[in-house]
Amino acid sequence: MAPAMSDIMTPDAAELAKDAPGEGRAPLAEGTAEHDLFIGLARLGDNTLILGHRVSEWCGHSPVLEEDIALANMALDLIGQTQLWLGLAGEVEGAGRDADALAFRRDAWDFRNILLVERPNGDFGQTLMRQFLFDAWHAPMLTALEGSSDDRIADIARKAGKEVAYHIERSADLVIRLGDGTEESRARMQTALDTLWPYVGEMFIGDVTDARLASAGIMPAPESLRSAWDASVDQVLAEATLTRPESTFAHKGGRQGRHTEHMGHLLAPMQWLQRAYPGARW
Amino acid sequence: MYAQMVKSEATNDDPEKLAAFQARIDAGEKIEPKDWMPEGYRKTLIRQIGQHAHSEIVGQLPEGNWITRAPTLERKAILLAKVQDEAGHGLYLYCAAETLGVSRDDLTEQLLSGRMKYSSIFNYPTLNWADIGAVGWLVDGAAIMNQVPLQRTSFGPYSRAMIRICKEESFHQRQGYDLIRVMAQGSDEQRAMAQDALNRFWYPSLMMFGPSDKDSVHSTQSMAWKIKINTNDELRQKFVDQTVPQAHYLGLTIPDEGLVWNEAKGGWDFSEPDWSEFYEVLKGNGPCNTDRMEARQKAWADGQWFRDGLMAHANKAAARRKAAKVAAE
Repeated sequence: MAPAMSDIMTPDAAELAKDAPGEGRAPLAEGTAEHDLFIGLARLGDNTLILGHRVSEWCGHSPVLEEDIALANMALDLIGQTQLWLGLAGEVEGAGRDADALAFRRDAWDFRNILLVERPNGDFGQTLMRQFLFDAWHAPMLTALEGSSDDRIADIARKAGKEVAYHIERSADLVIRLGDGTEESRARMQTALDTLWPYVGEMFIGDVTDARLASAGIMPAPESLRSAWDASVDQVLAEATLTRPESTFAHKGGRQGRHTEHMGHLLAPMQWLQRAYPGARW
Repeated sequence: MYAQMVKSEATNDDPEKLAAFQARIDAGEKIEPKDWMPEGYRKTLIRQIGQHAHSEIVGQLPEGNWITRAPTLERKAILLAKVQDEAGHGLYLYCAAETLGVSRDDLTEQLLSGRMKYSSIFNYPTLNWADIGAVGWLVDGAAIMNQVPLQRTSFGPYSRAMIRICKEESFHQRQGYDLIRVMAQGSDEQRAMAQDALNRFWYPSLMMFGPSDKDSVHSTQSMAWKIKINTNDELRQKFVDQTVPQAHYLGLTIPDEGLVWNEAKGGWDFSEPDWSEFYEVLKGNGPCNTDRMEARQKAWADGQWFRDGLMAHANKAAARRKAAKVAAE
């Protein structure tokens, strides 16, 4: 809450200002180690936030009761991981923003998630395929982060890694069963794969921030995760009798804050209460 | 309680068997799926457990309506976990019903074709964020009133499902109360949302217990079988007595000018809900009946290819295993 006039006149005004969101330290300067770390953490936390949000949109509408339960579980894991990643990002930033402030009060251009996770749910096949393509990246990413030179990151990665090991097991299994199911389920899974394929490349394209984080041993270089991803995806697609698209074209920009049109529509309901009633406690 | 006005079935079984069955119930024994039971007992239970299960499933929708708009990460997680628990309750209850010889697909088909009902309460909309608190506090609160005694119901699988469900429901109720408390103690706008939620959910919550059943033949039979433990009126009174002081603590006003403390009975006198509205909701004329049914029908129809795909894969995998076994021999 912003201080009232009488508060400003008291000697404690500086203390009070610390509680005001977004009114702490000056913004981190680009290119500094803190800024790099903040961006790296936002990339992790925004991926889990946006994907968790998309998955939660299915609640009560999935094809079978067991899936309602499983999807809620997945969304819960992802939201929990978001609290950790964005919580740490806020701490590193030191500007008084917590995970909620970052999730609910940034605009689209400040989000650093990959475009894949903001893709609309589509049919259930597309939701599952998006999950699988992401999980196949997320699992080795977390394994690499367990070896981070920053203990706080390694700790979160260990906790999240246990959850994600289950996510990949489940999404890979469903991709296989539906690919090798009926004609229709196979066709739907192939369409989902073809549609989402142009969004996978972005996971493996690094920028200068990534390079600095990698050389400091904090986070792996995005390019380094490609071969593990290729191997696990190729194996699952083969078993699912699905064809890996040949195109290597990659839409990108999400990790730098340039999003698709879908992002604004996702953020509008998500941030609505916080934006409509600023300063309220929930 | 998410089952309302469950019609109990007449029974034409052998009087001797019936008397022995009744003696087991009177002695407090649990009836298990493989035991002999009157057809009326079986059919009534299928209807009651089925209605309860459907209510859990449809009940995901009004709360799910706010998952994408939950105002903090923690609130979003709490709400997701709650809706997930409800899907889980649906699952236990369908399993309990299956022990009586009806399949989950069969029950689902009856829900989607409108032959089976779900609780009237889920045909009311959730219009502001405080509604999510009101649903936990009032709707789960009313459900618990009925479900706690049902832990002692005569049918074993139903009783055991209730024991698990009650633990989770009372947790939901506390979380709902916490949410609406934060709203009631928040800004003027939040307080207005909390009062608005109470205004809209109060009478529909009282309706959850069903109309007065003092003249109902069905209730008498169900109570003898210990499928129903208390009368609707007893439970409604208990709910009001529990809820009024909670509302006072929050500084919210129960929307009933007829609410007065009755020293003689040691409870609150309160106004009856508008029962004509209740019957309209049961007929399909509640504010959300059409939307709720459309959402469930769409989920089921859109998911057909998914369920077929999994079934086809399971059959293929079984055939492969069989072929491999033959080849090995």
